[in-house]
Amino acid sequence: MRGKAWAWITFALGCTYFFVPLIGTIEFSMRMKRGEYSFEAYRVVFGDERFQATFGYSILIAALTIAVGILIVVPTAYWIRLRLPNLRPVVEFITLLPLIIPAIVIVFGYLRMYNSSSWIPFTATRRGTDILLMFGYVTLALPYMYRAVDTGLRTIDVQTLTEAAQILGAKWPTIIARVILPNVLIAVLSGAFLTFAIVIGEFTMASLLDRPAFGPYLQNIGANRAYEPAALAIIAFFITWGCMAVIQVLSRYAPKSASRPN
Amino acid sequence: MTDQGSQTNATAPQRFRLPLSWLGVAPFFIFALMFLILPTFRLIVGAFENPEGHFTLENIQALAQPSIVSAYVISLKVSIASALLGAFAGFALATAIVRGGLPEWVRASTLTFSGVSSNFAGVPLAFAFLATLGRLGLVTVLLNNWVGFNIYAVGFNLLSFWGLTITYLYFQIPLMVLIITPALDGLKREWGEAAATLGASNWQYWRMVLIPVLWPSFLGTVILLFANAFGAIATAYALTGSSLNIVPILLYAQIRGDVLHNPNLGYALAMGMIFITGASNLAYLWFRTRSERWLK
Repeated sequence: MRGKAWAWITFALGCTYFFVPLIGTIEFSMRMKRGEYSFEAYRVVFGDERFQATFGYSILIAALTIAVGILIVVPTAYWIRLRLPNLRPVVEFITLLPLIIPAIVIVFGYLRMYNSSSWIPFTATRRGTDILLMFGYVTLALPYMYRAVDTGLRTIDVQTLTEAAQILGAKWPTIIARVILPNVLIAVLSGAFLTFAIVIGEFTMASLLDRPAFGPYLQNIGANRAYEPAALAIIAFFITWGCMAVIQVLSRYAPKSASRPN
Repeated sequence: MTDQGSQTNATAPQRFRLPLSWLGVAPFFIFALMFLILPTFRLIVGAFENPEGHFTLENIQALAQPSIVSAYVISLKVSIASALLGAFAGFALATAIVRGGLPEWVRASTLTFSGVSSNFAGVPLAFAFLATLGRLGLVTVLLNNWVGFNIYAVGFNLLSFWGLTITYLYFQIPLMVLIITPALDGLKREWGEAAATLGASNWQYWRMVLIPVLWPSFLGTVILLFANAFGAIATAYALTGSSLNIVPILLYAQIRGDVLHNPNLGYALAMGMIFITGASNLAYLWFRTRSERWLK
């Protein structure tokens, strides 16, 4: 029973700090109609065409980000484990770079390097800028995606699985898509949902590349409206919460390795 | 973390394939070069060039002008304050759930919530705090109506250093909880028993065993939190517009409209940010290698 009182007090203080803003935001979001609580702000938000358009755009970009991220990360992490373990520190260092270099700096570099007078003029066309934004998001998600996949690979015997598939006559694409990927699917999905949570409301890159994404829309509403931002904050909180809940449910089904029994 | 010992040996018979095996990682390196390394490198090179493309140190020297220095100072203050406060509060919370003898559901729900709120950043976080501590926010209004205490009358302003720090704590504290809880779990029960057998008081046990073991991971996490706050822009921008002069917001304005009237000075500004976050992350790596000695 030692120290129970202080632990409870600390926990209660934490709860206060973390729940008061949520309660405050919910309360504020329902004040739109004078004199009564209502879901008017939510109705206005969901009915807003720009909400639907930007949210749809961001979901699409997030889906592409996840797909391209998987295509880049899974074969790399697999290959590093199988054939090039010496390169591992280099690759790990690169995957951590997006945590060191702020997103605003990365996108600044894009604007310099890929402007309309450069060798690859990504920003010259709208479609090109969309692709650039997507690659920017793959970069932002890289640390999380790589860690998730690498953790998943650690729990399976890559070497034996590969040899078994080769003996049965499988080619590399088959091995990766039909042997390795299904075995690390849960890890990949965890990475995917984390990526989604990061990308869906991202502001800096989308705003500086001038794309109609959800993040810049949020900022725009915040600068011009009173009650809708609070409703949007609650919606965003539930999206994040939903992603994390999925990840937790998934982790229950993840295979456990002998070296990490938890 | 590294347990690939058995695999290193197994690659030996495949040596003759070495040139081909590089192809497997080529897409990754091309991607990293194109969208991470070269763009950053371009900026760093640009920081040392004048508009005509010749080498110069003028841009770096120009960072010393008062408006830029004050931006760096405010950024550093907010980042350091939110990192330190977040680290201590997060440590207290993690200690409470790991060593406080609380029921299991408290620990589980705290960790789950930490996962959510550490990712609840950006623009919506600013909205939540405006709705809570803004001029019309719930807490502001309730304090005024119930106890007649107007926090804005005593100098509090959400759009200020303290306002931003309090807001950043919303993702800093949970991040600390998530990172430091495994470290606290790694403390062995035997150490406490050994200390007690030798007659150590609870305070002596903390001072002579736990704190020396924990401080590298603690300091390491502080640095991580610092870098986390230093590069963040969305929350600050949505909260304060451009009224609070921090480096990322200044850089944002520079990218949008060349407010410094010198593109190359913008590169220098960006390089300053990389330098600060890079140096702090090197320190983090150093602390992490030290902490891994004990917490295996």
